[in-house]
Amino acid sequence: MKFIDEFRNKEIAEGLIKKIRKTSTRPIQLMEVCGTHTVSIFRYGIRGILPEPIRLISGPGCPVCVTPNEDIDLAIALSRQKDTILTTFGDMMRVPGSTSSLQKEKAEGGNIQVIYSPLEALKIAKEHPKKKVIFFAIGFETTSPTIAVAILQTKKEGLKNLFFLNSQKRVPQALFALLQAHTVKIDGFILPGHVSTIIGIKPYQFIAKDFGRPAVITGFEPLDILQGILMLVQQIEENHSTIEIQYRRTVREEGNPLALKKIEEVFERDESRWRGLGLIPDTGYRFKDSFKEMDARGFDIKVEPTREHPECLCGGVLQGIKTPFECALFKRICNPENPVGPCMVSIEGTCHTYYRFA
Amino acid sequence: MCLSVPGKIIKVNKNMAQVEVGGFLREISLDLCPEVSIGEYVLIHAGFAIQKVDEKEAEETLEILKKMAELS
Repeated sequence: MKFIDEFRNKEIAEGLIKKIRKTSTRPIQLMEVCGTHTVSIFRYGIRGILPEPIRLISGPGCPVCVTPNEDIDLAIALSRQKDTILTTFGDMMRVPGSTSSLQKEKAEGGNIQVIYSPLEALKIAKEHPKKKVIFFAIGFETTSPTIAVAILQTKKEGLKNLFFLNSQKRVPQALFALLQAHTVKIDGFILPGHVSTIIGIKPYQFIAKDFGRPAVITGFEPLDILQGILMLVQQIEENHSTIEIQYRRTVREEGNPLALKKIEEVFERDESRWRGLGLIPDTGYRFKDSFKEMDARGFDIKVEPTREHPECLCGGVLQGIKTPFECALFKRICNPENPVGPCMVSIEGTCHTYYRFA
Repeated sequence: MCLSVPGKIIKVNKNMAQVEVGGFLREISLDLCPEVSIGEYVLIHAGFAIQKVDEKEAEETLEILKKMAELS
C-alpha cells in the first residue's frame, strides 16, 4: 500500500539502526505514548534491535485502557434501561467493568450494537425513533472531531432520541501530569502521530519549555519509529529539547484547524478521570450548554458501586511504572480470552501486546 | 484506537467520498477535510477523512531517511 510499504524498507532500517548505535552514548528512557506505537514497536522487534542504553517504555495512549471503571459501569447501567440501544466502538465490548461487560450484557439480551463511525449512531437513531439510542463516546483527539460532527449533525437534523455518553480524553495534559509526578524517568517522548494530525505541535510545547525534554511526533511504520528514535537520541546527545515532527506527511504544525473548530463548537475543556492516573485537569470535555440535552450523563439512573480487581496492575502499566511481567495475573489468570483489565482487552493495550509478542 | 489508514479518493459527492483502501472501496465523510481531489490520498479514521496525506512531504521524508541511513 502506498505511504506504507515505502516506510518498511529493510536497507534503510538497517542504516538507521547503525546510525542510532553510533549516536547513542548515554542510558536513556523514551516513552512511546500511543498504543498503536507499542504494537508497531513489538511487531517489528524494535526494542530488541536498539542498543542497550536506549530503553522504551509504554505510556497511557490507549483510550480503551484509560476509560475508568465507573464510566464502563455507567454505560452498562444505561444499556439496561428500557427501550434503549447502546452503541459503541467494538474495542469497548469486552472491557470488564465492576461486575459485567457490554459483551456479557449483549449475551444476556441487552441491545448493544457495535459501530465503526459515530455517524452510524445517527442512522440507528433514525431507524428506531421510539428508542433511546446512546453512543458511548470514547477516544482521544483523533476521534473527538468525528464525534463532534455526529453531535452537530444530530442537532441540525433535530433528532431527539440520540444521546452521547462522553468519556473522551485529551492527551497533552496527561503527559504534563506524568512529568510532574516524577514516578517514572522519561528522557523524551515519541508523540502520537494521529492525535497530532488533529492538534498539531503547539499543545506539546510545555514538554520542552517547562520540563526540558525533547519530543518527536512520529508515524507508525518501522522507518518512522526508527527515525523518531534517532531524532530523540540526537537531541539528547546534543542537550537539546525541542518538539519536532517526524510524521510530516500527515502532521502540519497547526494540526487540522477545521477539526479543532468542530470540537470547540460542541465541547468545553474539563477535568477527566483516567484509569491509573486519576483525575487530571484539562484532559477531558464537557458539553456546552447548547448541546446539554444530548448528554447521557443527565439520565437519573442507579449505577453499581465501582470495584476493581485488587491485583490488576493496569494502572501502573499505564503510567509506565510497571511492566506486565510484574503483574501476578499476567498470563496466569489474565489473557486475551479471559482479560481481567482493559490493558489485556484492547489490541493496543500494553498487556495484550506483551502477551502476543514478548 | 487512533489507528488511521491512508486511502485514495476515487469519487466525491458533496461531503462524502468513495475511497480505496488496500483494494477495498469505502464511503467516508469529508466534513473534517473538505478540500480533496480525485486521486489524492487522505488519512481515514472512524469513517472520516481527517487529513490529506502530503505526497511531497512523504518523498522528502524518504530522502532524509536515506541520508540518515547513509545510503546516499
